Amino acid sequence: MSTPLLAVHDLNIALASDNKSYSAVESVSFEIGRGEAFGLVGESGCGKSITALAVMGLLRRPLSLGGGRIVLDGQEIQDASPAEMRRLRGSRIAMIFQEPMTALNPLSPVGRQIAEMFVLHQGTGWKEAMDRAEDALRQVRVPSPERRIKDYPHQLSGGMRQRVMIAIALACSPDLLIADEPTTALDVTVQAEIIDLMAELCAAKGTAILMISHDLGLVANMCQRVAVMYAGRIVEAQPAHAIFATPRHPYTRGLVDSLPRLGERARRGRQRLREIAGVVPSIAAYPPGCRFNPRCSAVTDICRTTAPAITTLPADGLVRCHHHD
Amino acid sequence: MTEPLLRLDALAVHFTLGSALSGGVRTLKAVDGVSLDVAPGECLGLVGESGCGKSTLALAIMGLVPPTQGHIRLNGHELAKRDRMETARTVQMVFQDPYASLNPRQTVRRTLADPLRLHGIANRSEIDHRVMDMLAKVGLRPDHADRYPHEFSGGQRQRIGIARALILQPRLVICDEPVSALDVSIRAQIINLLLELKDELGLAYIMISHDLGVVEHVSDRVAVMYLGRIVEQGGWQEIFEDPRHPYTRALIAAIPDPFHRADDFAKRTKAHGEIASALAPPPGCHFNPRCPMKADRCVSEVPLLEAVASGHRAACHFRDRTG
Repeated sequence: MSTPLLAVHDLNIALASDNKSYSAVESVSFEIGRGEAFGLVGESGCGKSITALAVMGLLRRPLSLGGGRIVLDGQEIQDASPAEMRRLRGSRIAMIFQEPMTALNPLSPVGRQIAEMFVLHQGTGWKEAMDRAEDALRQVRVPSPERRIKDYPHQLSGGMRQRVMIAIALACSPDLLIADEPTTALDVTVQAEIIDLMAELCAAKGTAILMISHDLGLVANMCQRVAVMYAGRIVEAQPAHAIFATPRHPYTRGLVDSLPRLGERARRGRQRLREIAGVVPSIAAYPPGCRFNPRCSAVTDICRTTAPAITTLPADGLVRCHHHD
Repeated sequence: MTEPLLRLDALAVHFTLGSALSGGVRTLKAVDGVSLDVAPGECLGLVGESGCGKSTLALAIMGLVPPTQGHIRLNGHELAKRDRMETARTVQMVFQDPYASLNPRQTVRRTLADPLRLHGIANRSEIDHRVMDMLAKVGLRPDHADRYPHEFSGGQRQRIGIARALILQPRLVICDEPVSALDVSIRAQIINLLLELKDELGLAYIMISHDLGVVEHVSDRVAVMYLGRIVEQGGWQEIFEDPRHPYTRALIAAIPDPFHRADDFAKRTKAHGEIASALAPPPGCHFNPRCPMKADRCVSEVPLLEAVASGHRAACHFRDRTG
C-alpha cells in the first residue's frame, strides 16, 4: 500500500482532573488513504471528537497528548509548533463542526469568512477573494450566492450555515476534511442533502474525509472503512459494508442489533429490541480488562482482568476482543 | 366504533408576532387545521421536521397553549371546559431531555410523590406504596428513591421521567423525542420499556420522533406533519410500505441505508432545499418548492387530506402516483 495520507499511531490523550490523570484515548491507531472516506463511530464520551482535535493540533487543557504519532503525508505533526499547525489547518486539514452557528463568526458576513481563507492561505487580494467566495457559495449550492455573500450567519437557516462551513473548509482544497457530527443538528432531509454534497465535493477535489458520528448507519453509508470506538479505545474496524453484515465485537454487534431498522417490522413482525445492558462507563471509572466487559453478554474471567490485544481480521480490519470468533 | 380517547377536530394554533408599530402584525400558523383521533391503547406516531408544528400540537393537547380554532376532545369532553386537574390525570408527557426536565433539587421520591399529593392522595403509606410500585415498573431500585437526578445516567433519568408521567395513571402519554437525547446503546432499553408499559397499563401514546426506525417499530398508526398540516396518515404498514405523499417518501429516502437496498428509490424521491418559514408558507401545497413531482396545480390549489384506501389518507394531488 502506498503511504497513507494520515496515519495515527498509538495515540494517547490524557485528561487531567483534580491532580489525577485519566486516559481519555488509549492506543488509537488508524490510517486514511488519499481521497478515502473513513468513519469513526462511538457514543458521547468515547473519545472520537478529541481524537479529531488531536489531529488538528487543537487539544487544550485539561486535555493533552499523552504519546503517539500523527503523520500527515509522511510528516510527523504531533510536535509541530503552533505556527506550523496554523499553516496546515485550513490549507491541508480542515474541520467542520456540529453546530455551525457557534463555529461561524456572528459579526462577519459569510462571504468575508470564506474569502479570508484565500487571503490568509493563498495570499489572494480581498477583491479576488470575494469573487472566489461567491463561486465557493455557488459550489455548495447556496441559492443566489451574489446576495447571500453579504448575509450574516443569523440570517441563514441551519442547513445553509452548514453549507457555508463546508465552503470555508473546502476553500483551499485541503487533503483531509474532518467532519465532527456535521449533520446532527439538522433535520433528516437536510442531513441527506448535506452528506451528499460533502461526499460529492470531496470526491471532486480528491479530499479525504474523517467522518465522526454516533450514527453507525450514516457513517457506514458514506465511508469506505469504519472504526468503532468504545470508552477511549478502538474496538473494531472493518470495511463499511462488512461492519453491518458481520460485526465482530460484541459492542458493535449490540449496536447493530439494538436499533430498530426501517423495514424490519414489515419483514419479521415486531421483535423485542435487543438491549445492551448497563450504561456507558465514565472516564474516571473505566473497568479493568476489556472496558466493555460489564455490559458484554459473552464475558469470561479473562475479560475482567486483561485488556484484549488487537487481532487483525483476515479480510481487512481489526477487532479488540478475547472472544472475537 | 368506540369513542376515541383523543379527538382533534380542525385544530389550529396561531401565534401573532410583532405589533402594528414595528412593521405590522404577522400570523404564524404553527398548527393549521389538524384532525386526528387516538383510540385507547393505541400508539400514534407523529413525524415531521423541526418547525412543522408537532411540539405545538403536543402542547395544545396538554392544555398548555390555547387553540385558535377547532376542538380538542378528551374522552368526548371539550378540553377547554374540563377541569385542569382532571386533564392532568388523563394526559401526561415525557420530554426529550431528561437532564433539563427533572428538578435537580428534588429527590426522585418527591418528584413522584408531589403529583399524588396535589391530586388529593393524603395517605402517606399509599403514596409510598405507589412510588415504590412505579419505580419497580420502570426498572429502578427502591433505594433510588432518595437520590437526586444528578446521581443518575441519562437512561435512568429518562426512566424517572417516564415514572413521573405515569404516576397519576394517565390514559394518554405524549412522548416527545423520548430517546433522541440518549446514548445510542441505551435507546433500545427505553423503547422496550415504553412498549412493555403500554401493554401492561393499556396506555395510548403519541410518539413524536424524527427517527423513522423508532416510529415504525412502535406505532400502530402514523401521521406525517409538514408546516402545520397533516400531509399523510395511515396504518404504520401503509405509511412505510406504500407512502403516497412525496414528503413521506422523502423522509424515508433520507434515512441512511447501509445495505444500499433502495438506491434508485432514494435518488428518485429525495427532497431538495429546506422547510419554508411557517410565517410565509408557500401557496397551495406547502411542500411544492421541494417536491420532485411539482405541477402548476400544486401552487394554485391546496390538496385536501383524502382517502387512498380505508384508513389511509394523503394530502397530495398525485396521491395515486408513486413516483
